Amino acid sequence: MDATAQSRGRSSTRALDLALRFLGAGPIVILAILCAVIALAQPVFLSTVNLQNVLLQSSVVAMLAIGSLVVILTGGIDLSVGSTMALATVIGWEVFQVVGNEGGLLVVAAMVVLGLIVGICNGTIYVVGRIPHPFIVTLATLSIVQSIGTFITHSQPLSGMPTLVNDLGRGFIGPIPVAAIMVGIVAIVATLFLKRTQWGRWIYAVGGDREAARRMSIPVPLVLISAYAVCGSLAGAAGILVAGNIGGASATIGQAAGGLLDAVAAVIIGGASIAGGRGTVWNCIIGALLIGVIRNGLALGGASPFLQGLLVGGTILVAVELDVVRTMIEGRIRTIQSNVGSL
Amino acid sequence: MSTTTQPLLQVDGLVKSFGAVRALSGASLHLMAGEVLAILGDNGAGKSTLVKCIAGSLQPDGGRVLMEGHEVRFRSPRDARDHGVEMVYQDLALFGNLSVAQNFYAGRELTWPSWAGRLGFLRERKMAAETRATLERLGVNIPDISVDVAQMSGGQRQAVAVARAVAFVSKIVILDEPTAALGLREGARVHDLVRMLTEHGVSVILISHNLQEVTELAHRAVVLRRGQVVGEAEPTLENQPLLVSLIVGATPVEAPRRPPPITPPAAAPEAALPPA
Repeated sequence: MDATAQSRGRSSTRALDLALRFLGAGPIVILAILCAVIALAQPVFLSTVNLQNVLLQSSVVAMLAIGSLVVILTGGIDLSVGSTMALATVIGWEVFQVVGNEGGLLVVAAMVVLGLIVGICNGTIYVVGRIPHPFIVTLATLSIVQSIGTFITHSQPLSGMPTLVNDLGRGFIGPIPVAAIMVGIVAIVATLFLKRTQWGRWIYAVGGDREAARRMSIPVPLVLISAYAVCGSLAGAAGILVAGNIGGASATIGQAAGGLLDAVAAVIIGGASIAGGRGTVWNCIIGALLIGVIRNGLALGGASPFLQGLLVGGTILVAVELDVVRTMIEGRIRTIQSNVGSL
Repeated sequence: MSTTTQPLLQVDGLVKSFGAVRALSGASLHLMAGEVLAILGDNGAGKSTLVKCIAGSLQPDGGRVLMEGHEVRFRSPRDARDHGVEMVYQDLALFGNLSVAQNFYAGRELTWPSWAGRLGFLRERKMAAETRATLERLGVNIPDISVDVAQMSGGQRQAVAVARAVAFVSKIVILDEPTAALGLREGARVHDLVRMLTEHGVSVILISHNLQEVTELAHRAVVLRRGQVVGEAEPTLENQPLLVSLIVGATPVEAPRRPPPITPPAAAPEAALPPA
């Protein structure tokens, strides 16, 4: 192949590379633009109180989203995160009745452990039961877990949480909500785990090609179960934030706004691939912030809360379409590479 | 028997069924060090099943596998790898969402510290450097090893898959149709890698439909039919019609000019080569 064709091939891949990079940076650009637009329309958006509000609301979704990301990276999904979060608050409340205010740490631990147990159940049933898709398993546990919660509480919200939980859920360190700091810490640990450890690499590998992972002797069943265990634990952690926020427990929260739907939307809007193998914690947080900002912007503008779902849904569609475009661009780069014959 | 003439690999009467389907019904072969052995056979003859048993991907229902005279039982690909056997599958077993360096070390990443086990930190820089060095040593040209494999052409991906096996192998590399999806130039690169392997005393088992490629590369060829080895011959130009007839199960139409090196399918499964 002659030099001009080679250079033409290289410049078209350069343009495609730029497109890929932009798609990767997409979410944060959209977030910045959205914040600017809303700030122009409703200057109160930029007030400290409002920004703190946005951070608080987004923290719960972000925590759920980070957990969901780990599962989605393996090519799966956990539909039970919302009800696990809700049941965690209920279990936390029950433990609170036993240990009182001094047992704040125990209450916190109980909520995370509850999430961990549900997660291990999800993963184990999926793997050992050879269920075709985790959608099925987690749909079942969503229902089971929610029933347990509503049975215990008779669908009534419960009131009262230890001071520790209240501080975590609605406390501040300076101007920053403690909840946001917690999410920040979890995000850093999760990023280190996913990107820097061998096990984290295996999560990406299993999501990229499960059969290839088996062939390369990666312990696929254990990796899968661990992903659901992490997701469940973080759902329990999200329960801490919610319980502290509302100062109590509720078995019926966690399904739509501020729950499962927002969490998965945050992961997808953040650019993770629903097929698995691609996505980062940072982008999940951007996605969670995007949803929080959308909801907040609409609320400030006095729009009906029912319209929030419309915009969030629309953003999901745009994000998924961008993922499709990314795959097409990769395919085009691949074709150009083989035509140029760079081997 | 001195160790220099002992086969590196000996497969005796492997049997493997998948439900009611008998994929292997007593397949036997042997492989010497530094040799390229081609396994020929039509679709469904059992070639992939046979090599997967050797590579630890499948466990045979019966028969024995011996390496350097000792019986081995590979319960997993890792077992086989620990004994120096690497395999490049037909679908390459590459991760499109990972880079070349990450693919190279997939499943056996270098981590630090050692006591942290699977939660240890990845030594990315060392793995990248080693990958670059290996690719250079093997003459494989990948301009940017940090690019996702999904963005690479079929030829590049094949080269990465073969290079990965070559980099880690110590005794036997199994290649399952390595050039089936490649053009001439890219296929030639794979052939170069195979020749480099034998120069280093590594043996190669090559599954191929391409008689031309087999004639160029292999020292010996065995033919598999209905789960058994039905014949063996030196893959020369003259023996090509014979090999084809063994593959399809027909008897030769005309008598060859020289005495046939192997008896037709009706006779014993594996006969020795005639004196040259």
